[in-house]
Amino acid sequence: MSESRQRGVEELNSVIAEALALASRLGASQAEASASAGTGLSVTVRKREVETLEHHQDQGLGVTVYLGQKKGSASTSDLRPAAVEETVRKALSLARFGAEDAAAGLADPERLATDIPDLHLYHPWAVTPAGAIEIATRCEAAALDTDPRIDNSEGASLSTYAGSRCYGNSHGFLAGYRDSQHSLSCAVIARAGAQMERDYEYTVARDPAGLEDAEAVGREAGRRTVARLGSVKLGTRKVPVLFPARLARGLVGHLVGAISGGSIYRRSSFLVDSIDTQLFPEWLRIDELPHLHGGQSSAAYDEEGVATRDRVLVEDGVLRGYMLGSYYARKLGLQSTGNAGGAHNLVVNDTGQDFDGLLREMGSGLLVTELMGHGVNAVTGDYSRGAAGFWVEQGKLAYPVSEITIAGNLRDMYRQIIAVGNDVDRRGGVLCGSVLLEQMTLAGS
Amino acid sequence: MKDMNIEPLALARSTILDAAGIRDQQLTAALGSLLRGDVDLADLYFQVSRHESWVLEDGVVREGAYSIEQGVGVRAVAGDKTGFAYSDEIIAPALSHAAGAAAAIARQGGQGSVQAWQQRSSHALYLPVDPLGSLGDEDKVALLQSVDQAARAADPRVRQVNASLVGVHEIVLVCASDGTLAADVRPLVRMSVSVIVEHEGRREQGHAGGGGRTGYGFFVEGERALGYAREAVRQALVNLESVAAPAGELTVVLGPGWPGVLLHEAIGHGLEGDFNRKGTSAFAGRIGEEVATEHCTVVDDGTLPNRRGSLNMDDEGTPTSCTTLIENGRLRGYMQDRTNARLMGVPATGNGRRQSFAHLPMPRMTNTYMLPGPHDPEEIIASVPRGIYARNFGGGQVDITSGKFVFSASEAYLIENGRLGAPIRGATLIGDGPTVLRRVSMVGNDLSLDDGIGTCGKDGQSVPVGVGQPTLRVDGLTVGGTG
Repeated sequence: MSESRQRGVEELNSVIAEALALASRLGASQAEASASAGTGLSVTVRKREVETLEHHQDQGLGVTVYLGQKKGSASTSDLRPAAVEETVRKALSLARFGAEDAAAGLADPERLATDIPDLHLYHPWAVTPAGAIEIATRCEAAALDTDPRIDNSEGASLSTYAGSRCYGNSHGFLAGYRDSQHSLSCAVIARAGAQMERDYEYTVARDPAGLEDAEAVGREAGRRTVARLGSVKLGTRKVPVLFPARLARGLVGHLVGAISGGSIYRRSSFLVDSIDTQLFPEWLRIDELPHLHGGQSSAAYDEEGVATRDRVLVEDGVLRGYMLGSYYARKLGLQSTGNAGGAHNLVVNDTGQDFDGLLREMGSGLLVTELMGHGVNAVTGDYSRGAAGFWVEQGKLAYPVSEITIAGNLRDMYRQIIAVGNDVDRRGGVLCGSVLLEQMTLAGS
Repeated sequence: MKDMNIEPLALARSTILDAAGIRDQQLTAALGSLLRGDVDLADLYFQVSRHESWVLEDGVVREGAYSIEQGVGVRAVAGDKTGFAYSDEIIAPALSHAAGAAAAIARQGGQGSVQAWQQRSSHALYLPVDPLGSLGDEDKVALLQSVDQAARAADPRVRQVNASLVGVHEIVLVCASDGTLAADVRPLVRMSVSVIVEHEGRREQGHAGGGGRTGYGFFVEGERALGYAREAVRQALVNLESVAAPAGELTVVLGPGWPGVLLHEAIGHGLEGDFNRKGTSAFAGRIGEEVATEHCTVVDDGTLPNRRGSLNMDDEGTPTSCTTLIENGRLRGYMQDRTNARLMGVPATGNGRRQSFAHLPMPRMTNTYMLPGPHDPEEIIASVPRGIYARNFGGGQVDITSGKFVFSASEAYLIENGRLGAPIRGATLIGDGPTVLRRVSMVGNDLSLDDGIGTCGKDGQSVPVGVGQPTLRVDGLTVGGTG
């Protein structure tokens, strides 16, 4: 509906060029700017009727200027010339109050991307509101029809987005690309006596053809929800824990946070001084592959224009590098790793088992299906989170459990990874199978 | 001082509508185009929000950042169906375009009429100040530097200090097809301090901060900012001495103030109107039932002056109120926005909130707290033979359907024979919302509210909130330690 008004790569690039030229005229020694614009549609269907229909249209420009080693930033959602000029002037006025900072400045010019491959991130979906409602309706119906104990719903939602993202700086870098993102999710509620349980399933892809079938998503949401009924609390004990793939990637996420430049420099990480030390078992390897076609975290260059490249992050269980943008790289006396803005597709190797194989290998223990809260201390690595899941006996699910916590320390947890499954979850920027851990403390009654 | 007395509606009209050349007839026309078929209510939400942040690291302010966001959200509600669109251009063509998209939800049918504007009464809980201009930029930098110095002077083991100062100036204007025309000018400031201490190879962190709906002078008064620095250092040093937390079900004494995040997670979310209308909350259909011990009375109060969670009106133009959620242990009421109130046949309570014009409003908390009881806090700790005393928390989370909730202690101590013992490492506590308050056996006389640091997330939308409580004794919560 808004296609005619949406700004594309060329138009955003000209806004950036205008902002950079203005910054230079107004006295900035260096400047950089990023701009994005996109449109989307999301619908929610609940109890087989449409509940919300939302049209999204977002745009923004962010400008950072440098006065020598002093930095200022400003952003706006209004991309018209007067607003762009006001934003540049505001960034300059803030820079005047900043402190001299030897590490401040654009990325080193020789590290900027020159060859920019097409990563196939743009697959717009011309789905109409009626079409979107029809898909969400089928998805939710499949969930509601899974089992008579499913008697309520939070609904099924379909959302689709497509847009453009551009970046330029006063080294002469100016590039942009288009991308898209589509998702379908469903959450339903099952009841048994006084107990109510909710669970959900989702699918997400850059290309609508990559989404899971709507009915399959609904059925899985229904299956997961009903399976939680009759949950009990366990007694306190030390147990092996299996993180299914959808939760296992969180363990890698904690690693990314702990090895990011800011955390290391501020010493607010449990992995300070850990380069070239053994963090994981010797067989474990994590690669960063930024150029995967259609990947959730694929990027040809990072938020500063630095070229991204394939690299080994963890080799033979040993940490080989940090996640660095230019600023903290300079602070630490290192080079940017092309990670301004984060990691670009981390791939964890597996030990060959499928999910059932991992359950058998665990024998007795906890399969965790939900984690709650933010009980991860990045400075110490202490990990303590609310959990729900299944008690496993002789490699098979015995009964559902809830209102428990699992606790340990990430350093110990990483070392105690026994196996990684081949059941890779492809819905995020971490491509990892289920992870079996030797032991954590389970607290319950 | 004259500027501070500008009436919010007049300010919003001149800042938003006049600046964009939008006249009242265009508002009426846009709302009229939304009132098709079975649409019960249509509204327009205009917002201009200016945000700045200053970040200190390594003893210097290395970066200032500023952003301006503006736009209009357009909504049409028909029964329990909602159509929504927004535009970040406040101009007449964008308005009619968004209105067309929002109206797509309605069935075909007749045409309603837009009521004449009626200005509602509203609170004046905070002055319509612009925090960004309430202190010179040099003084903002100097304030952060004084925080850094105070933290480093507090103890030689302080290794890193990070501090930030954030100010927001937001003007909102709501007009709706029922004649609602209301505006609010909302200042909001926040300071955060975090420190890393290091001793004999061990590293720990401490956090403190505060803020409210006022200007930056708040942090200068009574050296409040320096107090945050010392408090962050104190917490970090306590954690340097901490031992492993116990694992299992224990008696837990919760300190006053921010530990009220218990109430926010355990019962607050479960009492939001949308979940109860849909029957997806563990509290659905339980008005009048006993859900807590008789010592417990819990309210959600959006009318506290200058508080972070307070609002003169909610984002649908309804004046905020003090809603009793639990009275002497019995469930009394839910928090409502207009849509859910209408569908449930109850009055709106002024809890309809949204993150911005680009998001739909829904029932949200404001300041949620428990009223004080009879006991001295010392008496409560002395009553516990073995348990833990949790004085500070990080965030929490709840599954409103099963009622299970968690919140994570960041400063806690063992209680042995009625006395505080060693500090324990951070641990997550997990409980069941509908039953946890039935285990509250003692309520302290020391009600306090948090310092103004809370942000609540729901359906991907963040809004500022407050919490509070007196010291509470809970006879049995699962403590997720490793010991």
